[in-house]
Amino acid sequence: MNGANHTMLEIKNLRARVGGKDILKGIDLAVGTGEVHAVMGPNGSGKSTLAGVLAGRSEYEVTAGSVTYNGRDLLGLDPEARAREGLFLAFQYPVEIPGVNNAYFLKAALNAVRKHRGDPEIDAMGFMALIRDKMALLDMDQALMSRPVNDGFSGGEKKRNEIFQMAVLEPKLAILDETDSGLDIDALKIVANGVNALRSPNRSAIVVTHYQRLLDYIVPDFVHVLSDGRIVRSGGKDLALELEARGYGWLEAEAQPA
Amino acid sequence: MATQTASRAGAGHYLAAIERAQRDRAHEPAWLRDVRRRAADAFGRMGIPTTRDEEWRVTNVAPMADTPFVAAPLATVSSEEVARFLVPGLAGPLLVFIDGRYAARLSAPGVLAAGLTIITIGDAIERAPASLEPWLARHSDSAVHPFAALNTALFEDGALVVVADNTVADLPVQLVFLSTVTPSPAISAPRVLVVLGCDSQARLVETFGSLGPARGFTNAVTEIVAGDGSVLEHCRIQRESESAFHIGHTAIHLGRSSRSSSHAFAFGGRIARHDAVAVLGDEGADCTLNGVYLAGGNQLIDNHTDIDHARPHGSSHELYKGILGGRARGVFNGRIRVRPDAQKTDAKQTNKALLLSAEAQVNTKPQLEIFANDVRCTHGATVGQLSQDALFYLRTRGIGLDDARSLLVRAFAADVTDRIPLEPVRAELERLLASRLPFLLGEEVPR
Repeated sequence: MNGANHTMLEIKNLRARVGGKDILKGIDLAVGTGEVHAVMGPNGSGKSTLAGVLAGRSEYEVTAGSVTYNGRDLLGLDPEARAREGLFLAFQYPVEIPGVNNAYFLKAALNAVRKHRGDPEIDAMGFMALIRDKMALLDMDQALMSRPVNDGFSGGEKKRNEIFQMAVLEPKLAILDETDSGLDIDALKIVANGVNALRSPNRSAIVVTHYQRLLDYIVPDFVHVLSDGRIVRSGGKDLALELEARGYGWLEAEAQPA
Repeated sequence: MATQTASRAGAGHYLAAIERAQRDRAHEPAWLRDVRRRAADAFGRMGIPTTRDEEWRVTNVAPMADTPFVAAPLATVSSEEVARFLVPGLAGPLLVFIDGRYAARLSAPGVLAAGLTIITIGDAIERAPASLEPWLARHSDSAVHPFAALNTALFEDGALVVVADNTVADLPVQLVFLSTVTPSPAISAPRVLVVLGCDSQARLVETFGSLGPARGFTNAVTEIVAGDGSVLEHCRIQRESESAFHIGHTAIHLGRSSRSSSHAFAFGGRIARHDAVAVLGDEGADCTLNGVYLAGGNQLIDNHTDIDHARPHGSSHELYKGILGGRARGVFNGRIRVRPDAQKTDAKQTNKALLLSAEAQVNTKPQLEIFANDVRCTHGATVGQLSQDALFYLRTRGIGLDDARSLLVRAFAADVTDRIPLEPVRAELERLLASRLPFLLGEEVPR
């Protein structure tokens, strides 16, 4: 389809396994530029595996299919190349990295991305100004910047730090892997606010979530339901409400081969 | 060819060198000649250690027994060549030694603060031997450390630093020992003696380096005598060439309520060993021995520490971090002795090693000998690899694999580097560490 709405990400028949076990069993999904897609599903349906495969996690072995990102073969790129091309994964479980200063790390990341784009490195002053704004957006404690990455952060602080990094790196395609899990309602609103601030006609997002609650604040254009490694239902934002009311059971039952 | 006159194999070349050196010692005072003779005898008895010696079980120094090291010919070295071994931005007296000999032209002792005396060991022997006699070779035990004995028998030059009672020598004393590339492998035996008076303070930075791919042998001894209530900050940076042999011995004797903090960094050497030996000789002494060692290729880097709690209420803190790549081997042996009299001792030892390749190895051994009952002694050792989760996380933010690995390795060492009080030294060590990492992280091990 040739329209104004160019396809940013196209996943075709994607199959992947982890530790010899097939998890993704043929995913087809197209994300247009400017669109927000929610991927929902019960635990163990393959949501996080899908997010991990897109970001380039090496434990996940892709056995079939293709992923095209802005016209390029995404699966052929290293994780860092994907990030520099504008893909961002907000981790379900952000990694603690003792000894690596949060600000130093983020500046290195930003400059790696900028260098790839052909932009000059950002200097210390410019960086400080940038992060001050973004921290305000996420209502983050400035002291977190001088601490090691995620080290000793509370669950909520870690999730906020993910979205904060996203706000600084300004990705073209953001993948949020259960960013809502473990957040209270106030933190959830702040995180959603950070994501919404980044929404624009030239950015896209895939919001992976188990619950409909996050989608009250990050309203998706499309909702997909993943079950046993396949997308079993796609629809508009109302599908999320239906899932909230009826649960996943009826879809799983429908998806069973007769 | 030298004949092997020692009772132990492998000492022949060295005994011949001691013999030659003795001819030039007529001007030395009798006590010093006596000290040297006893050290030579002790070395003759022990010889070059073999892997049958418990203290050298995993550190094979056979190549050092086999190489007939000679005295280095006089070399001409420019201050530009020396510059890269100086800690940038570090003010204070500077003494430079080339192949173990003092190089006045390259040094800058400056105007010394009142109460601080720095002279070369050579000058001290000639002009003020009495200033050496109470201290020299009193705390480096020649009876059990063969290479320390060898140094005592052989040393020609080095530095004597004396800090008078109640003197605060704020500016760090920087001692730089450089080896040149010589036609035949050369030996040098620099000697340092630091004496801190009561309630004095001093800072010392020692650097050992090679000007080019030197294949020689540096056999260094530093003795530090910390008087009652004194405070010492010491940093030792060993960055010799990957083809050099380096044996270092740092002996620290702590007086009542004195505090000594020593950081040892080892980057260089085909075979490099450092023994840090501290005696808490009176009540309430506080001793820190920290270190970082980096080895890649076929390097072998050995750190032995030995802390002797001889008196009550002493505390010791030890943190060593090893980073090993290629086919390198690391050794850490941490001995802590608590004598029956040393009640209320608080000793903590931690050794962590990071293996960056499948072929790198580390041997780590705590050795606690506790003879007092009211003490707290803890030790812990870990060996690990870079966290794949952390690497992936950094990469998903656009940081390349090499940079991500480098970042994590530097973070691993930061526990130690962050504790170095002198900012210019800390910055220089972080730089040196980062600059060595490509060698350690090299995918291919050279055949």
